[in-house]
Amino acid sequence: MTTVSLTVNGKAVSANIDPRTLLVQFLRENLRLTGTHVGCDTSQCGACLVHIDGKAVKACTTLAVSVDGAAITTIEGLAQDGKLHPMQEAFREHHGLQCGFCTPGMIMSAVDMVNRRGHELDEKTIREDLDGNICRCTGYHNIVKAIAAGAEAMGKAGVTTRQAAE
Amino acid sequence: MYAFTYHKPTSARQAATLLAKKEDAKLLAGGHTLLPTMKQRLASPAAIVDLGACADLKGITLKGRNIVIGAMTTHAEVAASAEVQAAIPALAYLASHIGDPHVRHRGTIGGSVANNDPAADYPAALLALGATVITNKRKLTAEEFFTGLYETALEEGEIITKVSFPLVSKAGYAKFRNPASRYAMVGVFVAKRGSDVRVAVTGAGEGGVFRWPEAETALKVRFSPKSLDGFKHGSKGINGDIHADPEYRAHLIGVMTRQAVAQATGK
Ligand SMILES: Cc1cc2nc3c(=O)[nH]c(=O)nc-3n(C[C@H](O)[C@H](O)[C@H](O)COP(=O)(O)OP(=O)(O)OC[C@H]3O[C@@H](n4cnc5c(N)ncnc54)[C@H](O)[C@@H]3O)c2cc1C
Ligand code: FES
Ligand code: FES
Repeated sequence: MTTVSLTVNGKAVSANIDPRTLLVQFLRENLRLTGTHVGCDTSQCGACLVHIDGKAVKACTTLAVSVDGAAITTIEGLAQDGKLHPMQEAFREHHGLQCGFCTPGMIMSAVDMVNRRGHELDEKTIREDLDGNICRCTGYHNIVKAIAAGAEAMGKAGVTTRQAAE
Repeated sequence: MYAFTYHKPTSARQAATLLAKKEDAKLLAGGHTLLPTMKQRLASPAAIVDLGACADLKGITLKGRNIVIGAMTTHAEVAASAEVQAAIPALAYLASHIGDPHVRHRGTIGGSVANNDPAADYPAALLALGATVITNKRKLTAEEFFTGLYETALEEGEIITKVSFPLVSKAGYAKFRNPASRYAMVGVFVAKRGSDVRVAVTGAGEGGVFRWPEAETALKVRFSPKSLDGFKHGSKGINGDIHADPEYRAHLIGVMTRQAVAQATGK
């Protein structure tokens, strides 16, 4: 067993875990934060995306012990004071989901995209940068629309995840 | 995934000591090849030596006429580096096209080079640019380092610490991506330094990355896509799978080489 200490959605957590525990397992099973999904478990689909120190990473391909000391933001950490994050609101508004399984990963990916590329995202950029997120339902069209709108809304509201996490 | 003991050294020297001391130990870099393999139980090391806290393995520096990249530098860091963009833009471009943004946040140059996947991008850059792989024990040219399919000259307990890329006058990279995995179906890196030209091909060779001497000779005469008009690579020794048969991949080698030269010459 190894001790791991993390800041998850702004709260300090510490636990004794088997070193082979994946970050996604730790979040879902130890912390009961089940918003982070496991879609493929083979590093392809992006349903398990979380932000580690402000960067989107596949939590199914990361050992929890490897990121000891890091600040993690999960989908549960985006809404503030009962109000959806602008990117979540944009997915709702533009119907950027059907079954919803890929959605947490899509939203974490979208916020990361804004953090890296700013608030004006064209369709080509969004589609390119969604390489690591797979959706079996929507055909992506509304996801792309939602991300463009959410990016703009984040600009207006002056929000990034980094702020939400801190 | 089978159980293992976990170790997190803070320097390459400590990591080497742990590797030597622990039986059946494996290095962990970004984990984006090793962890999927362990999850499928295709690898089951008894000990994991995580290089994540070795500050001496990180970072990018311009040393004389070389860009030196620490083994634990991520693909995203290479892609975003102002030094790399200024010195060898094609290398930054290559790094920005590995996998997807999330893979680039974790995957490292050291892990990618050590793994020597026949469809990986970096091996083509190392071979074409004439890079040197620096380990805790010695220095190896790219030619000496990549020895075959998933095989390298790395010995037991040897750790890649840096990769050093000499500056070139022109370079370009073109990759035809597998649309699902984003690995190279065929990727070609071309580089021109003085009168020397190198063409390195990844994704296509049955034995991993290789050079294309005929194209190099033609490009030495004139470094232009036109020099390769009518040029075709043979399909012997070229990979075939459900995504592309050997003839198709061989054809792509010509197309990607011309595109890479066009990129290098800004045309
Ligand atoms: C979905 C997905 C898509 C991908 N697409 C691409 C792509 O398009 N192109 C591409 O090139 N790659 C691609 N990759 C692979 C990615 O670049 C990996 O990150 C990389 O191949 C391995 O680097 P790593 O840092 O993750 O290494 P790890 O997985 O941690 O290690 C890989 C191997 O190298 C050894 N190792 C690591 N560091 C060192 C060192 N310093 N010295 C000696 N040995 C070491 C480890 O022991 C292990 O055997 C993809 C991966 C995924 C999951
Ligand atoms: S569950 Fe992690 S990438 Fe699919
Ligand atoms: S909405 Fe069902 S997988 Fe994307």
